[in-house]
Amino acid sequence: MTFRFTVNGEPVEVKANGSRRLLDVLREDLALTGTKEGCGEGECGACSVLIDGDVVDACLVPVSQAQGTTVRTVEALAIDGRLNELQQAFLETGGAQCGICTPGMLMAGEAFLAGGAEPTDENIREAIAGNLCRCTGYTKIIEAIALAAQRRTDA
Amino acid sequence: MDRPSSTTRTVPPGLTFPETTPLVVPTDAPAPGRARPALPLRREGPEKLTGEAKYADDLVFPGAWFGATIRSTEPRARLLEIQLDDAFDWKRVVVVTADDIPGDNIVSLIDTDQPVLVPVGGEIRHQAEPCALIAAPDRATLREAKRHVKLRTERLPAVFDPIEADREFAHYTVESGDAAAAMKEAALVIEGTYRVGHQEQLYIENQAMIAVPRDDGGVTVHGSLQCPYYVHKAMKRALNMGDELAVVVQAETGGGFGGKEEYPSVIALHASLLAMTCRRPVRMIYDRHEDISATTKRHPAVVRYRSGVSDTGELIAQEIEVIMDGGAYCTLTPVVLSRGVLHAGGPYRCPNVRITGRAMATNTPPNGAFRGFGAPQTEFAAEMQINRLAEALDASPLDLRRRWVYRQGDTTPTGQVLRESVAGIEVLEAAAEASAFDRAHAQTHSMREGRTDGARTATGIGLALAWHGAGFTGSGEVKLASVASLELTEDGRIRILTASTEMGQGTKTIFPQLVADTLGVEYDEVEIAPQDTSIVPDSGPTVASRTAMVVGGLLIRAAERMRARVEEATGRSFADAYRGAGPMRIDEQFVPYPGEPFDDKTYRGDAYPAFGWAACVVKLDVDLDTGEVAVRDCVAADDMGRVIHPVLAEGQIEGGTLQAIGYATIEEMKLVDGRYLNDRMATYLIPTSLDAPRIRSIIVEAPFSGAPHGAKGIGELPMDVGAPAVVAAIHDATGTWIHYLPATPERILAALTGGPMPPPPGISLEAPEPNSPPIEDLPPGGDEMPFRAPTDPGEPR
Repeated sequence: MTFRFTVNGEPVEVKANGSRRLLDVLREDLALTGTKEGCGEGECGACSVLIDGDVVDACLVPVSQAQGTTVRTVEALAIDGRLNELQQAFLETGGAQCGICTPGMLMAGEAFLAGGAEPTDENIREAIAGNLCRCTGYTKIIEAIALAAQRRTDA
Repeated sequence: MDRPSSTTRTVPPGLTFPETTPLVVPTDAPAPGRARPALPLRREGPEKLTGEAKYADDLVFPGAWFGATIRSTEPRARLLEIQLDDAFDWKRVVVVTADDIPGDNIVSLIDTDQPVLVPVGGEIRHQAEPCALIAAPDRATLREAKRHVKLRTERLPAVFDPIEADREFAHYTVESGDAAAAMKEAALVIEGTYRVGHQEQLYIENQAMIAVPRDDGGVTVHGSLQCPYYVHKAMKRALNMGDELAVVVQAETGGGFGGKEEYPSVIALHASLLAMTCRRPVRMIYDRHEDISATTKRHPAVVRYRSGVSDTGELIAQEIEVIMDGGAYCTLTPVVLSRGVLHAGGPYRCPNVRITGRAMATNTPPNGAFRGFGAPQTEFAAEMQINRLAEALDASPLDLRRRWVYRQGDTTPTGQVLRESVAGIEVLEAAAEASAFDRAHAQTHSMREGRTDGARTATGIGLALAWHGAGFTGSGEVKLASVASLELTEDGRIRILTASTEMGQGTKTIFPQLVADTLGVEYDEVEIAPQDTSIVPDSGPTVASRTAMVVGGLLIRAAERMRARVEEATGRSFADAYRGAGPMRIDEQFVPYPGEPFDDKTYRGDAYPAFGWAACVVKLDVDLDTGEVAVRDCVAADDMGRVIHPVLAEGQIEGGTLQAIGYATIEEMKLVDGRYLNDRMATYLIPTSLDAPRIRSIIVEAPFSGAPHGAKGIGELPMDVGAPAVVAAIHDATGTWIHYLPATPERILAALTGGPMPPPPGISLEAPEPNSPPIEDLPPGGDEMPFRAPTDPGEPR
């Protein structure tokens, strides 16, 4: 079957079995390898992408469900080759170490920032609770999201 | 973060402690890498943050096939036949067995016991052991082929308990004074048996390797790995290749923590064998289930411990017996045991010590490297003893440590005199002050006193202290003889050449930082060559918290030589002159640090060039109905010598501390018939952002003069100290000591209610008999074991 949706602002047309994972479509068919696979069963959040603004695990989404939606991945964040506020905040605070959870963390962080909730420690922890990180102890990731929220408010 | 500038010491009546002035520098003191006001940002950070960084599974090789491993489903058996079902057309795929291995059927490491593939007629020694390999042009064909392979076997009796095992990988004895005689003189003796289970590294990127055959008959592997030259050595032996034919390239690596120290050699061999057979690139990308089922874990251990205190309140005797479960093959077990034994006394002065350790073979998947490398197991036991002694002496756990912790000039059980960089007291005071330990401890004590029967939660605070030897154990660094190189290219570029890998800890940032400062150039002017064995020298494995101290030190020396050579030749500053001064290459080889050489036979001498020191204070709540623990707050103070990059260093402290909290509370591998039961992320749980406490890291700097930049190492240190702090806090909350890690809700409830204790961690249950009750209804295993006097150690090896 053919599925049509938007990825990072570009309309795409994918010929695939409807049960093919969105994760594989992104990584293999569209060569967007920024989205990572950590567990393949929706536990780690490394494959988090935004579908119509909501954070989802791309390993659990069949491509048929992406039909007609707007998908955003980590590749969409940098603007004209420059890191956006959230990426820059991760870089400055040490929010990325090995980097494998980072794309998913960034997408969860983007959704949190877009939602406009107060960037408290508790709210940020709640927002990234579906994204596992084994390197940082989460402390600097939380700092990064709070810093980006601060800068967006100031801007 | 500020380090407390003054300390308040509360000394109980009758107790005194020696006054020394260890070398601790203020954190704003100048140091290599810190000459400029702003810290450099992570070198490969932008690629990781934009999704451009290429991890192994992101690499594209046109025409690549997919590889899979056929694994055993029994813990011990004779492999009689590999049956390929005629119903499948085997011309569609390639199959590799032990007969196809061109070199030795050995995964080359410390020992030669582990086969690349179990040969027909050979012995399967653990569940999920590789027996055959298949590659296919697509995943569907691969899955279909796998379904048509059967292993015909004859089951053999299996051993799961290291105490009952009779095959030994290694044993060591450390002895000073006369522990047995001193124990008889002791006014107070505390004994305990502590057991810790497996821990999974759970790097978020699974193991992954792609092998590409070359026209010259060689193979290049691209993979997720820590130690390019370990893989290289394994390929040369099993594939019968010379230095140039085997090439290993590190892809971006999504976490290691020791889990990608030795196992990547196995996958690299498998992928290479398939690639050589089908003459195409072969991708072996494990999924999470296969990764947890088959790859190494932290060694389970049993530590029997007896401590004696004199009537004047001195720690006078320690008798310690360590038994580690190596799993089915040797891997790195002797070195893990060695580090465990050398750290088992904890960071405390004691004149009479006897530590014996042995590592045994069981029919479980091989255990291997994991951050801390034997020390978290034995230091958990050491800290449990100190906290229990404090309770028995009615002393504050903080004051007892103030009194007993090593000071400059003290001697360890191997006879090593701690001449410098001894900061146990500094990290202890820093953590105590930042957590207001005395006040908080008094509060939780009164809360416990005033608690009613209907209370639902209990709050506790716990403290632990640890040391961690920097770099390889004993003569390890001398034997490695690592080389790091610095190159000035003809076109005027400065390039670092080392095999030290980046896996998140910051190698690619701190190396250019150290070199740039030494040369007097900007951070961005220094490049770092890819970790490719055809380009970089063998600077040793990226393990043992050695990269910053050892390889970083070599690079500074290389940079000093390069700078001097250019400045002497040109009469100008290096920064002005270097662009036209190449080509030039400086190879710098490891020179032993000052001190007494370590004798591997007697276990006497300087076990490590220096030690890092760590203290951790944990505050938590225990749910008295469910036994669940919620860690609320955590202060971790770590001394790693001079700090090169404070942000990266804090990241190591915070991440290591959370891994230790997971180890203490929820991370447990359960086994039946030698197989990991919870081999998925849904069943092997690690802390999420909601489980994690706020971790406040405090950097303490006691520089090590043997390294040109004063650095010691940080990676493993925080892993040693979190778990005993958690268990001390559980005791403070509930009044009960949990001797087994992890301190799960089941174990805590059993201890609180006096009910049956769940089986000990790390031991596989037998396969259930047909018609037997479900596993969770099986009777619990033994609780406390009697202390057994250390056995005759025999000849250490």
